Amino acid sequence: MLRFLASRLIQAVLVLLAVLCITFVLLKRAPGSPLESERNIPEHIRAQKRAQLGLDQPEYVQLWRHIHAFTTFQFPVSEKNGGRTVDEIIREAFPVSAVVGGAALLIALGLGVPMGALAALRPHTLEDRACMLVATAGLCAPSLVLGPLVALGFGLKLRWFNASGWYDADDWVLPALTLGFIYSASIARLTRAGLRETLAQEFIRTARAKGASEAAVVFRHAFKLACLPLLNYLGPAAAGLLTGSIVTEVVFQLPGLGRHFVASAVNRDYELAMACAAFYALLIVAFNLLVDFVQALLNPRIGWHRA
Amino acid sequence: MASGMNSQVHPGPWRAAGRRLRRSRLAMAALVFLALLVAACALGPLLSPYGPNDQDLALKATAPSAAHWFGTDPLGRDLATRVLHGGRISLLVGAVATLVATLIGVGYGLLAGLSSRGVDAFLMRVVDILYAFPFVTFVIILVVVFGRELWLIFAAIGAVEWLTMARVVRGQVLALRDLEFVTASRASGARLPHLLLRHLLPNVLGPVVVYASLTVPGVMLLEATLSFLGLGIQPPDASWGVLIREGADAMETHPWLLAGPGLFFSVTLLALNLLGDALRDALDPKSAAA
Repeated sequence: MLRFLASRLIQAVLVLLAVLCITFVLLKRAPGSPLESERNIPEHIRAQKRAQLGLDQPEYVQLWRHIHAFTTFQFPVSEKNGGRTVDEIIREAFPVSAVVGGAALLIALGLGVPMGALAALRPHTLEDRACMLVATAGLCAPSLVLGPLVALGFGLKLRWFNASGWYDADDWVLPALTLGFIYSASIARLTRAGLRETLAQEFIRTARAKGASEAAVVFRHAFKLACLPLLNYLGPAAAGLLTGSIVTEVVFQLPGLGRHFVASAVNRDYELAMACAAFYALLIVAFNLLVDFVQALLNPRIGWHRA
Repeated sequence: MASGMNSQVHPGPWRAAGRRLRRSRLAMAALVFLALLVAACALGPLLSPYGPNDQDLALKATAPSAAHWFGTDPLGRDLATRVLHGGRISLLVGAVATLVATLIGVGYGLLAGLSSRGVDAFLMRVVDILYAFPFVTFVIILVVVFGRELWLIFAAIGAVEWLTMARVVRGQVLALRDLEFVTASRASGARLPHLLLRHLLPNVLGPVVVYASLTVPGVMLLEATLSFLGLGIQPPDASWGVLIREGADAMETHPWLLAGPGLFFSVTLLALNLLGDALRDALDPKSAAA
């Protein structure tokens, strides 16, 4: 168990380092520099500015400085954002993404798991078909189609919520509903598949044979095992949701992390883009670790074999 | 190739799979729809009286009518023509990027499955690590860095979507390579190319077809997302992602601009998903029974 977690931790650190390096190398290859847009600067000041930003040093030194800054929590300043440090920007944007994403995750689970369970327990009935129809609808209604529709319907036409922006206390509702519905589709399908596969196994027959009630069979015996594929999906999904779906943030014009990231990549704001990429990677890695841990708890066999 | 090879086994796994597939009415409907869609996107822009970028500024944005089935956009361009024309790019990205992803994935999976234990472990650990990558992030940076050319979008998306394919192929090869018929073939002096072409590839083809078909909608969604964010196909060229963005921006006053491309995109994703699911059920009866 300990060895398993240790190997996963080392892997997580490797991933983070790789993300930082690759992002840095790619951004350096990009034509254009962060000073390009400031046209009328005399040459000696430009050189000073480059020295100040460390742009005159060899690339591996620059990369090392970036990594060093991240590991010691001395975050660099984002030149394009009025000289604020990148952690200030992330600290301001992340709660927006996290509130929307967290609500979306709860909606997705609350909708998806019961739908999938209902479908699995009554296979080939009307309920099964209805649930799977909704789940299939979720598959083919990506956020770039559903988002504008939701904004148009509940925002512009019914006027229940703001169609875009981040002004009122309930502005999280529409983006969270959009994302929650989309993610609930995959969750319902995974729950159904996992539960049906588990219910067909021998130990379930044993449990039934010894006279366990249907509820005990489903909740005590089947659900634990049926959750494993779902958990695998939930790790990256949760990280993706919390850091903000970029499309949803653009559609509903939320001041979240996703929008900062796209803007920073387009503006060649190396510091902010790298910080965003690192933060994304950090969250994904953290959630994967969490999933590994929970899986090892639920099913001790996994931990030993995959370590 | 594969069906000929298996013809001595009756009725042949591929023919049996084809029969199972034909029995699924949903899958057949999806297949017919996709065939019609491809034909419409290929021929439609040629038959249409309007060009995809022909502007009619006197017309401006008009609601759907007999002359303009999906209406026109604020520049007076015929939306139906633009949707079909954009469909060419969207479908092309779906096909080419999936091909790129499949080639990388199959190659990598074969390599890992046929390598020694240590090399295999290393290769699959690399895949594990790549799974933890924030990939949308990655594609966005790639596209921003290297410009927004079409071939680059193919490559960037393909380079991201091959991981599951590699895992599937490698697992399949590991299961196959120690089976009696492969051992027998090797014992009788068969070389690697012969083993690959005659025994391994025909047997991994089923799962590869299934996962490739399930990759297509993911790839198309990624392209549409990039184009929606303004990082993919650039106007005046239009993929469905671009058209959906234009529609979303104007939906309050001209909702039909969102309806046309949005509907086409959603129904196409639906058809691709249905077909992929049916293919999996047909080619892998075990998973269908579960």
